[in-house]
Amino acid sequence: MRSEWPLYEVFVRGKRGLNHVHVGSLHAADDEMALHHARDLYTRRNEGVSIWVVRAADITASSPDEKDPFFAPSGDKVYRHPTFYDIPDDVPHI
Amino acid sequence: MSLELQFEETIAHDQRLEPRDWVPDAYRSTMVRMIAQHAHSEIIGMQPEGNWITRAPSLRRKAILLAKVQDEAGHGLYLYSAAETLGADRAELTEKLVTGRQKYSSIFNYPTLTFADVGVIGWLVDGAAICNQVPLCRSSYGPYARAMIRICKEESFHQRQGYELLMTMMRGTEQQRAMVQESVDRWWWPSLMMFGPPDADSSHTAQSMEWKIKRHTNDELRQRFVDMSVPQADALGVTLPDPDLRWNAEREHHDFGEIDWAEFKQVVSGNGPCNAQRVAHRKAAHDEGAWVREAAAAHARKNDERRGSAA
Repeated sequence: MRSEWPLYEVFVRGKRGLNHVHVGSLHAADDEMALHHARDLYTRRNEGVSIWVVRAADITASSPDEKDPFFAPSGDKVYRHPTFYDIPDDVPHI
Repeated sequence: MSLELQFEETIAHDQRLEPRDWVPDAYRSTMVRMIAQHAHSEIIGMQPEGNWITRAPSLRRKAILLAKVQDEAGHGLYLYSAAETLGADRAELTEKLVTGRQKYSSIFNYPTLTFADVGVIGWLVDGAAICNQVPLCRSSYGPYARAMIRICKEESFHQRQGYELLMTMMRGTEQQRAMVQESVDRWWWPSLMMFGPPDADSSHTAQSMEWKIKRHTNDELRQRFVDMSVPQADALGVTLPDPDLRWNAEREHHDFGEIDWAEFKQVVSGNGPCNAQRVAHRKAAHDEGAWVREAAAAHARKNDERRGSAA
């Protein structure tokens, strides 16, 4: 008796000005039901002003096993950070 | 770095493990067992209180109780969602619950005989749950810890509505006060049992603490709960049914009497007053909902096909 309803991941925007944030998942028969269930499950106390739902199967994710090599390209580029540059203390507003 | 070493370092640095990280099989199965048991407890926990929704004494109490029972359903779903990130299957979890292969908290195998029980469950049972759950917000498994944060926020409403309900009854008639005391007498000891067997007999505690799944032992949490409850009972004007309960200045904790572990074992192993009824009710609800699940799935399929042929 495996569930026929697919798994959806739920993202909620807490208030205007904030990003949608992943809050959890749920099962629903279709997209519209997923949205209604997400409202009932994840926003019972005004936690959100906007909800996204997406089928878990449609998400492409980086693999945790290769996380070090995957993010390596940004690891050695310290010159991308402002603190890489020495500026004399008496130069204002920089 | 080997996967095992990576796992151990993550735990040693107090970082969280996340869904697709490699974890040892024993960690995964312990976590699934723990989360599933917790989820089942929330779902079964709807029954004792749901019993009073239609008979709540006012519209205000009815609305509160409905919201609370709805929260329990929500908590169950947050937790099932966390269990699924470990590869557990939702339908399978339900199947294991209704066939008795996974457990839920024994406390829900006691009956709710009076409306005062709704208040005492909020105060003591949810109070004990909060004691247990607050440290779980720092559990090493990320999705579980995050679910616990949401749950703890909402449990605080549960405990306060229960305590307020009892305060209201204690300000009422002699009969109402007696009803509260009688309810406290029935729920106090089972509430202490909610923390599980004593540390010496707890088979899972040591490993769970090493993995930072659990942060405190059963006995530590039980002591904390007793210490918290004593002044609350005083403020309410009820007596906790334990003649050995007294402050120990040397330990700076309350001493309390021996728990009837024989009763605990009986209830855990299925012989509590309501075990059969709770599981049968859950099974019936699931079976009777089968046509709804099928109809919704058929409707979704039909809509998909229509969209497909229109495109």
